[in-house]
Amino acid sequence: MHDDLTQRPPLILGGPDFHAITEAVAAPLERRTPRAWWLCFGVSLAMLSLLGVSVAWLFWEGVGIWGLNNPVGWAFDITNFVFWVGIGHAGTLISAILFLFRQKWRTSINRSAEAMTLFAVACALTFPGIHVGRVWVAYWMFPLPNQMGMWPNFRSPLLWDVFAVSIYGTVSLLFWYVGLIPDLATIRDRSVKPLAQRVYGALALGWRSSHRHWQHYERAYLVLAGLATPLVLSVHSIVSMDFAVSQLPGWHTTIFPPYFVAGAIFSGFAMVVTLMVITRKAFGMENIITLNHFDAMAKIMLLTGSMVGYAYGMEFFTAWYSGNPYELFTFQNRAFGPYAWAYWTMVSCNVIIPQLFWFKQVRRSVPVLFVLSLFVNVGMWFERFVIIVTSLHRDFLPSSWAMYTPTKWEVMALVGSFGLFFTLFCLFVRFLPIVATAEVKAVLPQADPHPAGSAHPVHAEPVEA
Amino acid sequence: MGLMQPSLPEGTPCFGLLAQFRDPQALTRACEAVRDAGFTKWDAHAPFPVHGLDGAMGLRRSILPGIIFVAAMAGAAGALALQGWTSAVDYPLVISGKPLFSWQAFVPIIFELAVLCGALAAVFGMLGLNQLPALYHPLFASRAFEKASDDGFFISIEAWDPKFDVDRNAAFLRELGATHVEVVAH
Repeated sequence: MHDDLTQRPPLILGGPDFHAITEAVAAPLERRTPRAWWLCFGVSLAMLSLLGVSVAWLFWEGVGIWGLNNPVGWAFDITNFVFWVGIGHAGTLISAILFLFRQKWRTSINRSAEAMTLFAVACALTFPGIHVGRVWVAYWMFPLPNQMGMWPNFRSPLLWDVFAVSIYGTVSLLFWYVGLIPDLATIRDRSVKPLAQRVYGALALGWRSSHRHWQHYERAYLVLAGLATPLVLSVHSIVSMDFAVSQLPGWHTTIFPPYFVAGAIFSGFAMVVTLMVITRKAFGMENIITLNHFDAMAKIMLLTGSMVGYAYGMEFFTAWYSGNPYELFTFQNRAFGPYAWAYWTMVSCNVIIPQLFWFKQVRRSVPVLFVLSLFVNVGMWFERFVIIVTSLHRDFLPSSWAMYTPTKWEVMALVGSFGLFFTLFCLFVRFLPIVATAEVKAVLPQADPHPAGSAHPVHAEPVEA
Repeated sequence: MGLMQPSLPEGTPCFGLLAQFRDPQALTRACEAVRDAGFTKWDAHAPFPVHGLDGAMGLRRSILPGIIFVAAMAGAAGALALQGWTSAVDYPLVISGKPLFSWQAFVPIIFELAVLCGALAAVFGMLGLNQLPALYHPLFASRAFEKASDDGFFISIEAWDPKFDVDRNAAFLRELGATHVEVVAH
């Protein structure tokens, strides 16, 4: 069946009614916890404990455990930070930008993509939080009146970053929660256990599906999308300025903000695909999260991956065309120096492999897409590693040159951050509706109050209530 | 309105009437009729925002965007004031030879705080206009109403509406195609 007006294929397959959508989304919350969930949760929790141990030792002993006695010693920490912030961007893109563009296919995946954003930002915030050395004075990052009579330097991108990332986290949380309210009410109304009734009841804030409420709600959601869209673009731009505003060859380029934003969307979509493949299989949601969704996401990865590839090429061109010997040295060192393996891993994963997305068979094959999305995840982690390490390990002053290898504590923090991410994601899929049911119902053909061919008259102008 | 108390004035016999309709089309048509009959204290309930129901119910435009705009501008002004005062007045420090009040560098945080205040106003303004959270509501006592968040489409007419009359209104709602009509107690 096609939508009569647009001749587009239906977004949700199988022609379910409203109740079937409720059932499909609520069922995973209401059945007994599957053993596979306990397995995933256990492994995630074990990984998370590595983060706990690593951070505890870091706080006890100090940043010396990272080998921080040269300019490049902090590489892993900030690589992880930029990687995780970037992952988050696809969630906001799906929830906000595609909403503004009226891309209704987003409704099937926006909830879990937003959750992913939130958890990725939580992981990201961990790293700058722990790398300050004296964590007990981490509040100096914020403009709080203090007995020293000092204020932070508002001209520094590092301070902009504190604001950008923490506000990004806050706004993402608000956006996600507002989207959840009607669905929490659905779960509340179906709950039979007293504890579930109370918890979901409290979280749903007494939502009673009133249209007088929906009216303000839709307005709030639209404005939040409108606010989140420039916000998400600003966040990674500001992250990139942490690098671009410094004088270091390899960092000091104007291409960084758009290049970072494209990379962030690219890596985020790869992570969405990775998670969606697993989730839809685990919860039998193949008719809600369809191959068309994967097809669309693969096209976005192809676009943003190619933009990233263009940026890689343009950096080299600029290094040569600028005639700046330091700039040229950095890029020669990047591609052919001791970290060439990392550079070419990055290029293979981010530029060459995504070109397979030109083929429709690749875009619509779930196993192939899953493997490719893992490559992109790896490649985008390496991109940040390459940017930080290759620029910093041989800068202007040869006496401070050093090779960078992570210590076991840094590796534990990286593995542990994945543990944090997956622990939160496991809790999310177990206890919250992973698809925005109210939004999916609204895009079903029968939700249209004026189906084509109906003899219903056009509305009168609104009258004063 | 208290968190746990119904908001009805004293002396009303019941909360009102609840009528269920088959689908969004039937709900929209019924809302237009209820609107045209001159009711004011009534509401429609649907599991998702039914397109065009604002007009069918005769609702005025939400004032929320105005609230958000004011909050966002206040956030921007606050950010400029904070940065200008701390950098140029309270703790003047020359950094890379730039003027103390170098407003261009303040733009990112002005923008960020405008977004933060706008987003907070959007969420808490929406909740405020909707008088939420309100964990108790008489409609929750109705079993049928549990479908309002699933696949049920409802109209509720409250007892303090000047045109309220249990029998006449119930007949009116049935005439409009209600599949189920019930009186909701306090």
